[in-house]
Amino acid sequence: MSSGGAPVYGLVLAGGASSRMHRDKAALLYQGKTQLDRAFDLASGHVDRVFVSVRASQAGEPTRSEKPLIVDLAGLSETPGPIVGIRSAMAAYPDVAWLVVACDLPFLSDAALEQLLKERDPCVLATAFRSAHDGLPEPLCAIWEPAAAAALAAYQSGGGHCPRKFLRRYPASLIEPHDRRALDNVNTPEEYTVAQAELEPHVGAKPMQLQIQYFALMREQAGRSAETLETSAATPADLFAELTARYGFTLSREQLKVAVNTEFSDWSRKLIPGDAVVFIPPVAGG
Amino acid sequence: MRFRFTESAIDTAAARRELLDRGAGGYVSFEGWVRDHNEGQEVTRLEYEAFQALGLQEGNRILTEAVERFPIKHAACIHRVGSLDLSDMAVWVGVSSAHRGEAFDACRFIIDEVKHRVPIWKKEHYRSGDSGWVNCERCAAEPRQIHGLGHHHEPLEPLVLPGSE
Repeated sequence: MSSGGAPVYGLVLAGGASSRMHRDKAALLYQGKTQLDRAFDLASGHVDRVFVSVRASQAGEPTRSEKPLIVDLAGLSETPGPIVGIRSAMAAYPDVAWLVVACDLPFLSDAALEQLLKERDPCVLATAFRSAHDGLPEPLCAIWEPAAAAALAAYQSGGGHCPRKFLRRYPASLIEPHDRRALDNVNTPEEYTVAQAELEPHVGAKPMQLQIQYFALMREQAGRSAETLETSAATPADLFAELTARYGFTLSREQLKVAVNTEFSDWSRKLIPGDAVVFIPPVAGG
Repeated sequence: MRFRFTESAIDTAAARRELLDRGAGGYVSFEGWVRDHNEGQEVTRLEYEAFQALGLQEGNRILTEAVERFPIKHAACIHRVGSLDLSDMAVWVGVSSAHRGEAFDACRFIIDEVKHRVPIWKKEHYRSGDSGWVNCERCAAEPRQIHGLGHHHEPLEPLVLPGSE
């Protein structure tokens, strides 16, 4: 896929401390899969070999232990961090370039990796996306060339440890991401909740309060004319199934209409907290 | 031009006055009454129930459609809710227009659409002591008999609903 240059391997960075998340970011679940597995599988679709970068203390953890690991080398730097992980990979395979992918990018896409590989410039030290937010390089979704090894060593021996600052100081190619969402990272429990809900709207749906009104036969069968309901039903169709199970409505969904907030609605409309739902039995005015 | 619900007897004289127009050459009205029989059962009284918030919107939409569709002056409709005895008026429709033809047509259109679309339900009480929600209970047993609520504009077939009209 790349236009010349050294072959590319993948490196999923899973050595972070996840201090703001208070949980191991690599083990966070999206769509039933850990973020580590998602990043690993995504990278595997684009390069021949993928490794997981870990600190020595993490090598035995179940989330990581089944993957091919590259363990941080001792003595590279007093400050652990992504540069140590990248340098350790470069030491293990000095002749390859590394597609480096952080473990906190749940929206990372095939399209983004494809673009990175396609627009890679092997003549500089790295090819990275320019952040849509602040215009700065994104070092942890980037291709690092073999030639970067020496420069990284020099940078660290001078006390540097920030890969973003490194990319601003040394020759790197910055490209504009087509898929801007791909680089949104998730650092806090709040960000995780939002990302999870977006990636899996149904599983992530939290119970909400809805106002239900009943009329005619359905009022009699429910034994009430209105109620406030705590439910995780995502649509009127889900809600009707839930209430039929509870009240034994004899009318089928095909015989009914549904109104949300005093307007006729689709059965598949996405309900939001506070919605007022009315099921409408066959009418008989006049 | 107004659709409304009432819990008391419909005052047709007052309702008719709202349709007066110097350009109108005539007025057509329809009254739906509570009938004493339906499908072999002796009916003793009726109860009407409505989802009024949506019913007002849908009823007024029907009146707007009537004015757009027919060259009439004014149109109105009043529907009872609550308990009704035999011969009580359940629904009233009135239309005024320059000429009689469109007034008849629009009146027919409005009552047919109201029966199809406005969320109103009717419970019949029978001499036998039994009772039932019209179009719902038998419907549940025979789902084939689907009601016509919705925004359909195909030619309106005469819809025979039991209990009134």
